[in-house]
Amino acid sequence: MQTSVSNAVAPAQFTASEGAWALAWRRFKSDKVGVWSGITVALSLLLVLSTLLGSVAHDWEKEVAVSHAPPSWAIGTPSTANDAKALPEIVLYEPTPTDIVDPIAAQWESAQKAVKPSGDKVNALATSLPMGSDKWGRDVLSKTIKGAETSILVGLAAALMATVLGSVLGAVSGWYGGIVDDLSNWLYNVFHSIPGILLILAIAAVLNTKGTMAVVIILGTTGWTGTYRLMRGEYLKHRHREYVRAADAIGASNNRRMFVHILPNVSHVILVQFSLLTVSCIKAEVILSFLGFGVPVDGVSWGTMLTEAQNDLLVGIWWQLLAATLAMSIFVTALSLLTDSLRDALDPKVIH
Amino acid sequence: MSAYILRRLWQMIPTLAGVILLVFFLFNWIGGDPAYVLAGLFSNQEQIDSIRAELGLDQPLHIQLWIFVQQVLTFNFGNSWTTGESVADIFATRLPASLTLMAPLLVIETLIALVLAVGLAWVRGSSIDRGTMVVFTALMSVSILVFIILGQYVLAYRLGWFPVQGWSDNYWKNITTYAPLPILLGLLVSIAPNTRLFRSFVLDEVDQDYVRTARAKGLSEPRVMFIHVLRNALIPVITFVISNLPGLLLGAFLLERFFGIPGVGREIILAVERSDFPVIKAVTIYVAIATMVFNLIGDVLYRITDPRVQLR
Repeated sequence: MQTSVSNAVAPAQFTASEGAWALAWRRFKSDKVGVWSGITVALSLLLVLSTLLGSVAHDWEKEVAVSHAPPSWAIGTPSTANDAKALPEIVLYEPTPTDIVDPIAAQWESAQKAVKPSGDKVNALATSLPMGSDKWGRDVLSKTIKGAETSILVGLAAALMATVLGSVLGAVSGWYGGIVDDLSNWLYNVFHSIPGILLILAIAAVLNTKGTMAVVIILGTTGWTGTYRLMRGEYLKHRHREYVRAADAIGASNNRRMFVHILPNVSHVILVQFSLLTVSCIKAEVILSFLGFGVPVDGVSWGTMLTEAQNDLLVGIWWQLLAATLAMSIFVTALSLLTDSLRDALDPKVIH
Repeated sequence: MSAYILRRLWQMIPTLAGVILLVFFLFNWIGGDPAYVLAGLFSNQEQIDSIRAELGLDQPLHIQLWIFVQQVLTFNFGNSWTTGESVADIFATRLPASLTLMAPLLVIETLIALVLAVGLAWVRGSSIDRGTMVVFTALMSVSILVFIILGQYVLAYRLGWFPVQGWSDNYWKNITTYAPLPILLGLLVSIAPNTRLFRSFVLDEVDQDYVRTARAKGLSEPRVMFIHVLRNALIPVITFVISNLPGLLLGAFLLERFFGIPGVGREIILAVERSDFPVIKAVTIYVAIATMVFNLIGDVLYRITDPRVQLR
């Protein structure tokens, strides 16, 4: 990706030619879909950052509404929840008339007061929220944002791990060749011959510890193969280029040539791989968490929300499903479209 | 050709050895001591020791590895830790259900995706093409879980067009009653990515010289696209489909789980939930072998369909 001087606009005076990244940026700016998806992704990441810092959705676990409060924009509509109530209810306990005195009524009342000191607060529970509430009266909107934090961070971390693994292994393998290359290729073949989802499940089975870190490790150690293959190819290609030979001539070390000279020239491949991997890692995290091999129950991610939403749906509570699905679709779509645009913008060979 | 196949088979040996090592490393080293899991919560040292002896866990590592290699070569992985059923039996009995679901799904999804891909490549660059691609990207970003949850709820639970879940012993009843909804949902999920991929295969062909020649001699555009281009674009499609066949077996694990279909995919999820290592080990090894073999078949078919390709 050497820049060409022929791009200079003014022929009369010599101006420095634009760098590859500047050119890519110009190409990217002219791509409307790319710009808008880029803005969406940036805003989402900003939201994640602010959740991390605790300024948004830090109190997502607080009970702020009645259980299963509907979204405020859907109160009037006959919700399916009412249909569900029409189903024959199984009554396990019939409250008896007033002539029976509850022996612990007084104690119960004082205990209640101890837990919730002011009676007003109990009444202050909202009956509707912008995105409704879940079974425990938690705000679904905050929950979705908190879930976005988990899902996106897990996706980014796992993708980062896979990209770094694949890039370093691919670079070393393509650069040195010989026995290093043979060994890495063997490792690649081994990982590549086991379908991804099976490897993920097998590692989930042996790790047997649930948690966000486990998901990152599972997805990071299984996702590197594609990046490895691409990077190896790139390094094979660049190894004998003139600029690398020139660097050799001025005495640059192996590491310097690999990571200072070649790496910037193949960084666009890494960037695209990273964002592709982020998309697939987010999707995989959702499935893993849903199956119960991922984020634990006390945490929240889009995957655990879908688990709850599936049960909610049976009684006609649809808003949690909607919230998690919308959030995930918006982010993943934006990121996928951004990846496509990045690839087009960074590859000078694509004709526009 | 036979020399090529022989060499490829020969090259599989180190890869297979690697897979065996990887699985052994995962399950015997990272996986911890399964004796504690098997013996249950209230167990004494004697019980644990006897289980360890039974599983060969009291042997040194290299002997354990040798036992494992023998298991792989003799196709005998012993019994499931939870149900006591032999692992071979589990696969023999779960495979038909998976195939009943996946075979029609594969055929239908490939056909639909091919037709869509050629159609989109035909109008490439138009607003229809770009619009469809954006819609497909959006569809692909919706989790497969959402499709299944909503599909099952709306089409089966509320509308009652399909049974919510179930499976029978009768093939005909399965394919007409229980399989259609999972297949439909599988199609919804898989058509978008497949069409995108196949479209790129077709686009690789449309600018070739032979296409221009076909147009130059006055052939109609449908004939050019659906006969000349499609035939050549089929080559990578075939390779793709063939080499993905083994993965397909597992690909439907979510469908099988939601719809209560007793297939291989659901069995794997159950095995992971119950830490049933023999089952997972067996699946991993055999699916890896199947993947290697099907990759080879794909490459050989590539050679047969495209004589220009030189296999090395």
